[in-house]
Amino acid sequence: MDSLLTEAFLTSLLFGAVTAGVPLLLAGLGEQVSEKAGVLNIGIEGMMLFGAYAGFVAAYCSGSFALGFVAGGIGGALVAALVVLLCIRYGLNQIVIGIAVTLGMEGLTALLHYFQFSRTYPRLDLAPAWALPLLSDIPVLGRALFTHNPIVYLAVLLVIALGWLFRATYIGLNLEAAGNKPAALDAAGVSVVKTRAFAVLATGFLSGIGGAYMANIGAGLFVPFMTGGAGFIGIVLAMLARGRPVWVLLGAALFGISLAMTTALQVAGINIPTDVVQMLPFAMVMLVLVIFARHSVLPPALGLPYVRGER
Amino acid sequence: MAVPVAAVRNVTKRFPGVVANDGVSLEFNAGEIHVLLGENGAGKSTLIGILAGMQQPDEGEILIGGRPVRITSPRASLELGIGTVFQHVLLVPSLTVIENLMLGGPWWRNLLRGPALARFRELSQLLGVEIDPDAQVGRLSLGEQQQVEIMRALWRGEKVLILDEPTSMLTPQGVKDLGAVMKRLRDKGVALILITHKLVEAYELGDRISVLRLGRLVGALPPERKRAMSEQEVTDAVIEMMFGTVAQHERDAEILVGRGRRTHRARHVDRAGPPRLQARGLATQATRGACPLRGVDFDLWPGEVLGIAGVDGNGQKHLAEMLAGQRAAASGTILLDGRDITADAVPERRRRGVRYVTDERLGEGTVGAFSVATNLVLKEIGAPPFFRRGVSDWDHIHDHARALIKRNDIRTPSEKTPVAKLSGGNIQKVLLARELNAEAGVVIFNKPTYGLDLQNTRLAHERILAGADQGLATIVISTDLDELLEISDRIGVMFQGHLAGIVENGPDVERKVGLLMTGAKAA
Ligand SMILES: Nc1ncnc2c1ncn2[C@@H]1O[C@H](COP(=O)(O)OP(=O)(O)OP(=O)(O)O)[C@@H](O)[C@H]1O
Ligand SMILES: [Mg+2]
Repeated sequence: MDSLLTEAFLTSLLFGAVTAGVPLLLAGLGEQVSEKAGVLNIGIEGMMLFGAYAGFVAAYCSGSFALGFVAGGIGGALVAALVVLLCIRYGLNQIVIGIAVTLGMEGLTALLHYFQFSRTYPRLDLAPAWALPLLSDIPVLGRALFTHNPIVYLAVLLVIALGWLFRATYIGLNLEAAGNKPAALDAAGVSVVKTRAFAVLATGFLSGIGGAYMANIGAGLFVPFMTGGAGFIGIVLAMLARGRPVWVLLGAALFGISLAMTTALQVAGINIPTDVVQMLPFAMVMLVLVIFARHSVLPPALGLPYVRGER
Repeated sequence: MAVPVAAVRNVTKRFPGVVANDGVSLEFNAGEIHVLLGENGAGKSTLIGILAGMQQPDEGEILIGGRPVRITSPRASLELGIGTVFQHVLLVPSLTVIENLMLGGPWWRNLLRGPALARFRELSQLLGVEIDPDAQVGRLSLGEQQQVEIMRALWRGEKVLILDEPTSMLTPQGVKDLGAVMKRLRDKGVALILITHKLVEAYELGDRISVLRLGRLVGALPPERKRAMSEQEVTDAVIEMMFGTVAQHERDAEILVGRGRRTHRARHVDRAGPPRLQARGLATQATRGACPLRGVDFDLWPGEVLGIAGVDGNGQKHLAEMLAGQRAAASGTILLDGRDITADAVPERRRRGVRYVTDERLGEGTVGAFSVATNLVLKEIGAPPFFRRGVSDWDHIHDHARALIKRNDIRTPSEKTPVAKLSGGNIQKVLLARELNAEAGVVIFNKPTYGLDLQNTRLAHERILAGADQGLATIVISTDLDELLEISDRIGVMFQGHLAGIVENGPDVERKVGLLMTGAKAA
């Protein structure tokens, strides 16, 4: 048991937590934008997966991680565009379309990957990390938290940026109104369809980057179905966060740690069956839901298509 | 003659089962207040919905400054300089007052509170309202929400200002202030459209009056004719247009207009026996934006109608909710027939005969997507006779609904129509029909007749009094003092969470109540 408290173990645990938590953070923040605007974006898992695939291919072909993230974001947004068309423009059921999008993307990415790489799983080089000056010199924490890909710091900055956007801008007001009382937003002269479309595209973009991070940084390769429910955890995080980005960050950290545990415990050679260890994050979902879900507050118009003049 | 600022020509709008507007042509001129009258479901809100870009006409055209235009969205309407106060408040409940007023600004700009606050202060002063700009709108009383809505329309409507029943939740003073603002705008050259069910308002504010009935324009009083007529003549003419032959008898007309307003029928209430309901020191927890109760006492005897007057937002909502069991007491006790029911929840109180008609007919009062029939048995779901062993007896429910629809003159294509598709007044009729129908001991009405047309207001008053005659203990909360003067036996005034004195209805009661409303103690 001593090995649990060594510096190396703690460092790798926290480092792993960040790596596992960042995609959840991006997905959770993205989903939060959609939910604020009244769209229950179940397709986020598919957006992440397609982002992961697009991001991986772009990084693999160009050798640039930055380009990988851009491609991941655009890939996610493309999938989101489909959701916009079907759910926002034509008002189809968001849950049905969301599930269809997720299943469709699982199939599509697996197929594309097979065509391109057959049964091989090529790896990317190790991603460059950017050590934050001064902070990265702190023992344990420095290595674990402040020596990461720049996208990690951007994701954390995004928490602050979104908090500000929600609170202090017209965009924030519009999103809130679209999810709370779309007719009021419409009456104020703002298009509900455009506002929600913007929100869903933003979700696709952010979760796509999250997917690309999973593939390019987290794993260093693309494997079909690799997101493994990260998008759904993102949905849970957004639902529990009551519209506050900081809560998504806290939730992502919690899940990141429990995901990292699974690896860290294995590395540390603790004798627990792998299945049990791998169950940990999902047991965590259950636990968190049981404890906090009663207090979650969802926008009244969530999941409901808006039709002007309909009553 | 000058070109009208806005006009509709031969506009027709159909909904499944109804023709809401049937070839309507109207003109709205600069510097004129155009009053639209008509019974519930006549198609007034539909017409303004078309001008506001919320509805598209099936036939006909809209002219702005003489040019035909298509108003394809509310945005297009706003850009044409048309501001609208909708019948059912269209504000975002989770945003604050000031945020709601800022909503719709250019999204690429900075959200600046400073100028918005300055404008807010200016408008509040104009309208004589005191509302915390940082209060969440959902916490405000409906009367206050209505005032915010009016402010928003004033904020945006430069050429045409449409007000769909803006006064339904306002006190006499609020109505007066709004009237003054409207006249000032008219003199500045704005074209105003006012929808109301109160003929006094139509007479005092309207330059031109048009009457809709069953979707058709059935009559109009142009300014030259109206100016030449006395109030009496105008009301007679309007009632004739509104109800045709139904109300031709002098007496009917009298009652409809409430011209014989002091027709308070002195009723005998036996206060020798024990009271039905006793409230002692009722207080509630304060919530931001809403006024809590700070110690309310009263007794209510069987067969008595107690009117509660006061500016909306002085604790009326909390009082109603607390009596109904929807809001927890911070302190105080409620005794029903001498038995403490303070801790009882809604179903238990309902079983004991407490009924509550909310003032929020949408959302709290009805489930919009459910049929009229289902809404009429909403509070009996799962219970016999409409449900047996957990299974709904639809034949029974629909028969019941048809009977109530007929009896209460609810205008709906069928009993299976979702209730949200009815006109505002007709939804209110559904709500009243449900609560007045069941066995009751105490009924609390919160603004029972808001949005009802003349005939239905009278019908509702008659039924409230009939209930009282049969021994019901009744509380009527209303901002409409005339209504209370007509039906109450005693009138109390809510002021900042207190029930400031209860006075007997009778001669000179108006003055006493007026005094109490300003916070003076009971004489
Ligand atoms: N969106 C809609 N869908 C279906 N029917 C509708 C819709 N809007 C209005 N109607 C119907 O059109 C008719 C006219 O309604 P409208 O709301 O214009 O009446 P109104 O004159 O404003 O009445 P009130 O005085 O009760 O507010 C009603 O029969 C109503 O049921
Ligand atoms: Mg109406």
